Amino acid sequence: MKNEEVRMTTKDIIKPENLVYQKPEIMNDVPMHYCPGCSHGVVHKLVAEVIEEMGMQDKTVGIAPVGCAVFAYNYLDIDWEEAAHGRAPALATAVKRLRPDRLVFTYQGDGDLAAIGTAETVHACNRGESIAIIFINNGIYGMTGGQMAPTTLEGMKTATCPYGRDVKLNGYPLKITNILKELEGTRYITRQSVHTAAAVRKAKKAIRKAFENSMEDKGTSVVEIVSTCASGWKLDPVQANEWMEKNMFPAYPLGDLKNVE
Amino acid sequence: MFTFPLVYSFTYYSFTKIKKIMNEEIKLMKGNEAIAHAAIRCGCDGYFGYPITPQSEVLETLALEKPWETTGMVVLQAESEVAAINMVYGGAGTGKKVMTSSSSPGISLKQEGISYLAGSELPSLIVNIVRGGPGLGTIQPSQADYFQTVKGGGHGDYRLIALAPASVQEMADFVGLGFDLAFKYNNPVMILSDGIIGQMMEKVVLPPFRPRMTEEEITEKCPWAAVGKPAGRKRNVITSLELDASLMEQNNHRFQKKYRLIEENEVRYEEIECEDAEYLLIAFGSSARICQKSVEIARSHGIKLGLLRPITLWPFPSKIINRYADKVKAMLSVELNAGQMVEDVRLAVNGKVKVEHYGRLGGIVFTPDEIVGAVEKMRNEE
Amino acid sequence: MKMKEELIIAGFGGQGVLSMGKILAYSGLMQDKEVTWMPSYGPEQRGGTANVTVIISDDRISSPILNEFDTAIILNQQSLDKFEKSVKPGGTLIFDPYGITKAPTRKDINIYRVDAMNTSIEMNAPKSFNMIILGGLLKIRPVVEIENVLLGLKKSLPERHHHLIPMNEAAIKKGMEIIEKI
Repeated sequence: MKNEEVRMTTKDIIKPENLVYQKPEIMNDVPMHYCPGCSHGVVHKLVAEVIEEMGMQDKTVGIAPVGCAVFAYNYLDIDWEEAAHGRAPALATAVKRLRPDRLVFTYQGDGDLAAIGTAETVHACNRGESIAIIFINNGIYGMTGGQMAPTTLEGMKTATCPYGRDVKLNGYPLKITNILKELEGTRYITRQSVHTAAAVRKAKKAIRKAFENSMEDKGTSVVEIVSTCASGWKLDPVQANEWMEKNMFPAYPLGDLKNVE
Repeated sequence: MFTFPLVYSFTYYSFTKIKKIMNEEIKLMKGNEAIAHAAIRCGCDGYFGYPITPQSEVLETLALEKPWETTGMVVLQAESEVAAINMVYGGAGTGKKVMTSSSSPGISLKQEGISYLAGSELPSLIVNIVRGGPGLGTIQPSQADYFQTVKGGGHGDYRLIALAPASVQEMADFVGLGFDLAFKYNNPVMILSDGIIGQMMEKVVLPPFRPRMTEEEITEKCPWAAVGKPAGRKRNVITSLELDASLMEQNNHRFQKKYRLIEENEVRYEEIECEDAEYLLIAFGSSARICQKSVEIARSHGIKLGLLRPITLWPFPSKIINRYADKVKAMLSVELNAGQMVEDVRLAVNGKVKVEHYGRLGGIVFTPDEIVGAVEKMRNEE
Repeated sequence: MKMKEELIIAGFGGQGVLSMGKILAYSGLMQDKEVTWMPSYGPEQRGGTANVTVIISDDRISSPILNEFDTAIILNQQSLDKFEKSVKPGGTLIFDPYGITKAPTRKDINIYRVDAMNTSIEMNAPKSFNMIILGGLLKIRPVVEIENVLLGLKKSLPERHHHLIPMNEAAIKKGMEIIEKI
């Protein structure tokens, strides 16, 4: 009898006072196309939470890339522009210049940001555009089927370096954020990950800071998220996280690279 | 004494001073400068450019005029033509009136962005001050980018509204007209000119000042703009992507319907001495100016020569050219290229009358006499 | 009668070819004429040959590109070689003998000489060279009134250079004096 009194029914569970977690309203209630174990979904959620917590939904313009996140605009209920491959920082530059009161961010992968869009990225950062750049670095081209990215590690196998990245043939993994931190226009450059609950909390703080910098016209902020691509890496989600910790983190150490207060 | 260094001072000071001494609006300036002044005056929100001869005066004039201090217009020198056109894409996606300018090699780089602008149906203005090609080519005037402008240029089935100014006055006028058409049809518009019109100075009456669009006007005119999603409206997404082929086909059909409407409504041309013409020159832009003189010379020799000048290269004035095919003995398409517009003239005429081409290539410009010679040759061959 | 003057000025870049053309075009504007100023543009403007076509007319101007000219102002040998044949029969050719090694030879045009370079050096004002040439032109072909040229100069030069205008006026007058028919 006593036990029955404390047992919660479904009705009880969904009572607002019993709420322990809620998906941000900005997240659309649609299935994502991302693979199991992919970091994109978590980062999308963090971006959505930050926009919601800042109360900026009606003032935010997101710039979507070409790559796995090309459909980011399906998942976050904000206004978007879908850029050509690599051009997101150019679009963001114009949006922010023409509408300085808006929160403007790009969401780009490593191929988009550090290969085809290097010029746009470097020059937007060098001009100190007050935009936030969310940079997903998983060392591979996911959408096109696992080809070599500029950030692919030495020796790492991909569809276009099936015997492992040979630096004599393909050059070195490009530590683009290390370059960006040297530019006087950048305000905040950080490298985060979302593979543990603690890491997710830190990454969210970083995104919040980047977005606040955009609104306070403080110059360019870049939040690199060292990420997994379980499918591209041909690992299961758990293995992918382990592989990332073991191989990606030494090449791309986490932490703030630059934080001008 | 008047010193050589003052040559430069003269150029720059003339703009501000003429304003005061002449009837307010009449000025003497280069075509490229007229583009810049007209942009400021017609309520342009943003210009994104990159230097290339022979059009750098557009960006230079804007930088000198500092419109960000007066109308609030943004002027930015981008890191490349690619970045510049994508800035145009970004700005246009938020409902702003934005433009860029370049010359042939730079326009080739912009084709990616132009295709995206067309695919996302974004109003925007692109100016091409054409130089001779292919490749790096020459900086001298050419009309060899006709195909690139009216047949595509970038990938996919799309059309640009293409305006071909033939005077400094039209360089100024077509900026406003171009933006009006762009916003009427949600389509990129190109002004196709060359170094003759761009570098030449003429008298120009600048258009009256129009204020930039207010946020309310943008919301009304561009309900699709990505400006931040207010509660109660669906999110706006600017994209040209549609992986579902059946939906992508629908998009394409929508574009084509719009293009047919533009063909119906927006054909522009000028007829010079056409009424009694036995022979007809078809020429646009700088070539049309030169052909005007050829018409004068030919008529002084007793040849009844006329000139039809397409002002819109797309939509092309096919109907009127077809009507003249019933009246004249032959047509000569006069172009600074190896024969591009002549294909559209022949399609318009559809075999009714002989259509020939006369052109000079690679930056060489024909003289009025040369064209008269080509007309005489065509007459003798009959 | 309606007027139209089609004119070319040709010489070395740096001789003030384009600026002389600009002053003419500007003066035409002051006189409520239609004007077109069409330069040869490009890197040759810096030190190589430069030329500018100026058309001043009562009516709408057709071609800015011409095969023949009413008047040619020639300031170096290369330009003489290139443009002597482009003067309309009965037209005018004005040249500065400084730097000309082979004088013009045509008999069906009016040829004038303005010893502008040497005169400007004598006047201790070498930079007023192009205004001496302009004076010579205006004597022979009064396409615009001198008042309008001076007005144009006065209104277009920054205030701090206005003290140079009398010198320019003197140079124009000098040019009118020294031009001589060959």
